[in-house]
Amino acid sequence: MKKSPSSSGITRRQLLAQSAAGAAVATGITGFPAILKAQSNSVKIGFIHPASGGLAYPGAQSRLGGQMAIEDINAAGGIKSLGAKLEAVLGDSQGKPEIGASEVEKMASAGVHAFTGCYQSAVGLAASQAAAKYNLPFSIDVGVSDTLVNRGLKNVFRMADGYGRITSDAVDNLNQINQGAGSPAKSAVIVHEESEFGTGTARLLSGKLKESGWEVKDVIKHANPTRNFDNIALRIRSMKPDVVIPVNYPGEYILLAQTLKQQRVPFMASYSVLGGGFNFKFLDEKPEIAEHMIDFNHWYDPTSAKAKEMRKRVEATGNYFTFEVYCTYNSIRLLADGFERAGSKDPDAVNAALASSTLDPLIMPYGPTKMVNGQNMGARAVAIQAQMSGGKLDAQVIYPTAFASAQPIFPRPA
Amino acid sequence: MLEPVILLTALINGLMFGAIYALVALGLTLIYGVLHIINFAHGALLMLAMYAVFLLFTQFQLDPYLALPVVVPGFFVLGYVLYRFLIGKLARGKDQNILLITLGLSVVLENGALFFFKADIQTLNLEYAYDMIEIGPALVTLPKAISFGASIVIGLALWALMAKTDLGKAIRAVAKERVGARLMGIDVDHIFAVSYGIGIACLGAAACLLMPSFYVTPTIGHVFVIIAFTTVVLGGMGSFVGALIGGFLIGITESFGGLFLGESLGQIGIPLIFVLILLFRPTGLFGGKA
Repeated sequence: MKKSPSSSGITRRQLLAQSAAGAAVATGITGFPAILKAQSNSVKIGFIHPASGGLAYPGAQSRLGGQMAIEDINAAGGIKSLGAKLEAVLGDSQGKPEIGASEVEKMASAGVHAFTGCYQSAVGLAASQAAAKYNLPFSIDVGVSDTLVNRGLKNVFRMADGYGRITSDAVDNLNQINQGAGSPAKSAVIVHEESEFGTGTARLLSGKLKESGWEVKDVIKHANPTRNFDNIALRIRSMKPDVVIPVNYPGEYILLAQTLKQQRVPFMASYSVLGGGFNFKFLDEKPEIAEHMIDFNHWYDPTSAKAKEMRKRVEATGNYFTFEVYCTYNSIRLLADGFERAGSKDPDAVNAALASSTLDPLIMPYGPTKMVNGQNMGARAVAIQAQMSGGKLDAQVIYPTAFASAQPIFPRPA
Repeated sequence: MLEPVILLTALINGLMFGAIYALVALGLTLIYGVLHIINFAHGALLMLAMYAVFLLFTQFQLDPYLALPVVVPGFFVLGYVLYRFLIGKLARGKDQNILLITLGLSVVLENGALFFFKADIQTLNLEYAYDMIEIGPALVTLPKAISFGASIVIGLALWALMAKTDLGKAIRAVAKERVGARLMGIDVDHIFAVSYGIGIACLGAAACLLMPSFYVTPTIGHVFVIIAFTTVVLGGMGSFVGALIGGFLIGITESFGGLFLGESLGQIGIPLIFVLILLFRPTGLFGGKA
């Protein structure tokens, strides 16, 4: 007799075996990075970004910038001293430190010469540590934790700034904007995501704000993802801060901004520091929320012709010109310049060349490049505000004045 | 922190968000609770429904609420077809096959969405998303208030369907005793597919009600699916009123957890409820004998 459907149960062994197989598929641990067949003479750069999971969008933007840089460098002759072209090896960290590190291990054994990544500080820490075992150069494109460059690792370099100086600059800038308006704002609330990026930035911000005489009414931590910001908005409304300072990733950034508007929370300015969601897309899609919001972040130099041209080029492909694009672009340029000057693929020689880099920051509002313990001391973040310009909401640089394209509007009009 | 006004507002906010959890859980309580199909694709299908609503709005300017009569029947058909021609066929009557097929389906759907829609966060920009209703001291957005009302209506409608109609009787009969139901002339495969279709149609409704106030990404299903399983277990497997009340309780737990323990630590409330229910009342609040 045919076995009836109702009599088919799952035995414990079957469940264990099949769940394990399922989990392997789900987490992708059976997958291998897309390592292309090695060309006879190429410099292979491993990309460690979140290509899946909640941060896949910024990860994809980083890949876009990195691949553009490789295209440009190869079109200009590649690494001339080696007679080699650059080649991207794409990895997916899934937003998890342990996966990021294992991608590095796999790529290192497959002959990758250098790495870039990782968007998240937590992943950057693990992945660059893994690369350090082989002394392979690791250029951090986006990742603000200063621990990345403070561990004494000789293979880790960062073109962009870290949260130590970013928070300090951000508070200086806020003070200047506030003083320029007659110092109406005196108190702030910080809302941050719970990982290394948000927690570390919030801790530093809170200290700096207090040093400058601000009353920090609360520092509110939230999970990733947070589905509902009503309670946080409620707490902020009851505390009546003058300035709200969000430090979080894109989904929560937008949801928080939306909820603050819905719950009619009054404040003089939303002044995010490294706000993950502040970009041209946000301005296009949510102009009524975005207008007058300020963000202190990595940004391109609006006075640079090269940067404007690059923005047009990226937008022509239907993508937004977000900071991940140009940060990874420059991160690859840094590595390429290192290989060029080293004239060798030997990790020690390349690391030494990178440590003495004087690369032209090109599209970024930076001073001259100078590496100290792997950190580019010329890097600076800037303040950007969403302002109307020519009938359209645009992001204007408002600080530092050398790169500014508009005056700050503070406090925001009621 | 303990001002009554804040507590009351947190309670109302919890109820409003709980309604959304309830909506996602209503479909699951039918699929998982009644038919005992472990539907790993539940979150991915919710994501698909949310993208459908998003596309209908961006391509055809169809308001999410007006999209209900399109998305709900559309997802019923999708659910029916998926079960009849994919899940049911490949499962060959084995529960562990269903587990793997739905897991595989979710991987395919999520990666398909990643390919077609990119990983970008997509939101709808609707003017009424900022319309607020004052309920006592709380400001509730219009979309959340609508979700609250709709979740109660859908929950009661499903309860009535199961309790009062022949279809409901057939579903219950199939869930209890497949061979017996077949002997009584019930087309078991058809009833399974219809039930799965109704469950997926609920996700269509949830997506229409969720999109005015939420965003969609290819992984958005993960945000809701664990809570949906918890809600079903809390409310009692297969109980629609249970799913409804369970959703509200979870919303309130999350809201108060966030208020008292902080938004980060407050998240432990939900798994804690799950463990406590399994320990002290494995049948759930409104579940019959297992």
